[in-house]
Amino acid sequence: MKVGKQTYFLDNKVYIQSAYSLAGPYESKGNFREYFDSVMEDDEWKCKSHEMAEIEMQRYVIGECLSRVNVNPMDCDVIMGGDLINQIVPTSFSARDFRTPFMGLYNACATFGEAMAIGSTLVNGDFEKVVCCTSSHYATAERQYRYPLELGTQPTPESQWTVTGSGAVLLSKKQGNYPLVKGYTIGRVVDFGLSDPNNMGGAMAPAASNTIVTHFRDTGRSPDYYDMIITGDLGRFGRETLHYLAKKEGYVLDNLNDCGSLMYSEAQKAGQGGSGAGCCSLVFAAYLYKKLIDGSLKKILFVPTGAMLSKDSALQGESIPGIAHAVVIEMED
Amino acid sequence: MEDKQYMEYIHTHAQKSNHALTLVWAFLVGGFICCIGQAFRDIFEVALPNWDEGKIAALVSMTMIFLGSFLTAIGVYDKIGMHAGGGSIVPITGFANSVVSPAMEFNKEGIVLGMMAKMFVIAGPIIVAGTVSSVVTGLIYWIVELIK
Repeated sequence: MKVGKQTYFLDNKVYIQSAYSLAGPYESKGNFREYFDSVMEDDEWKCKSHEMAEIEMQRYVIGECLSRVNVNPMDCDVIMGGDLINQIVPTSFSARDFRTPFMGLYNACATFGEAMAIGSTLVNGDFEKVVCCTSSHYATAERQYRYPLELGTQPTPESQWTVTGSGAVLLSKKQGNYPLVKGYTIGRVVDFGLSDPNNMGGAMAPAASNTIVTHFRDTGRSPDYYDMIITGDLGRFGRETLHYLAKKEGYVLDNLNDCGSLMYSEAQKAGQGGSGAGCCSLVFAAYLYKKLIDGSLKKILFVPTGAMLSKDSALQGESIPGIAHAVVIEMED
Repeated sequence: MEDKQYMEYIHTHAQKSNHALTLVWAFLVGGFICCIGQAFRDIFEVALPNWDEGKIAALVSMTMIFLGSFLTAIGVYDKIGMHAGGGSIVPITGFANSVVSPAMEFNKEGIVLGMMAKMFVIAGPIIVAGTVSSVVTGLIYWIVELIK
């Protein structure tokens, strides 16, 4: 059911039947250390390269997410997801190990939001079970977007740390004490002209603000309808900027949080916080899902955010467009 | 909200680098690397009394390049660079780091098209700029000599 301009509510119940998280070694020392289902002891994870490790991460997370609720991958209707690496190789390659139909998606770090929106729509329709999975890896992202790992460069104060980790969820029609995907607001690409690839929070905040404000205008809800509004990877500065932008539009987001800014502890000195396509899926599967199940959170607005840049577009002087999708997740009353 | 207004907000609110601190770090670490170089020079001069100055200078450069490469290979140089910034980029050890780090990074794509092809992605511009500027300097020198 369409509400307003960009918001859709699902008529049927779409449950998040299972979730599984795998965190990298650095992330496992961060603020969510008690919540991760599994932790990698090193970055390469006994693989030939970091790219191979990211493939293995997704394969592992999808496998564990399904085996946790005794679902055979072959019984799933589709696996969908993405990552940040060229031609979404980690996601596509991980899918070759499952005899399940596959759809690759890309919305930069907002891919998990995109996957949940599409996945829940499919399950709202004729699909029974849909797996959504995204990942990111510090080493693969550094090499693609920045410099070789061993190059002695200095990070700027606005830069963020790409999260090594992966999270998967199983969307299904199966009833139970699971969180429900109620609906979503699809964001549009917003570009305020920022072109500093070291300040992604600033580039993505306008998109997040646009999506969140549109969601409230479409639904007539106010921010306090939700226990928590949680964005993907804006970082500390991006979160403050989003707060400021939403306030200008007349919405005070007191319950605003950000997966990226929460990821690392102060002592880890990870700049503005975490980023990457795996950042929000990891926090969702590790932390938010568990908090929803145990009842400490009832209604959340989950807003993965993405910066749609490539290394070439940045070098060619293009500004950085941002995107954000808002997914409404609630526990059944 | 206007784009211009937003840019202004970003410029006034974004955290700035602490220039005083980064300058001090760069000065100290850069100076320390140069002191090590000088120490090697003094040692070589004593140890190899028959070598002329040019040979000693080349030996010092080679030693420093080896040290920069070695510290890159064992994963230490990037940690120094994290604090030192320009202090560890400008000396010749930084040049070694900029060649060895992509060589290590792209080794996985094979020796020829990976390591050998990508070895100079960072250092390439420095070599081009160095060559071009030395040609220009040479031309100016030549013209000045002609006029004289």
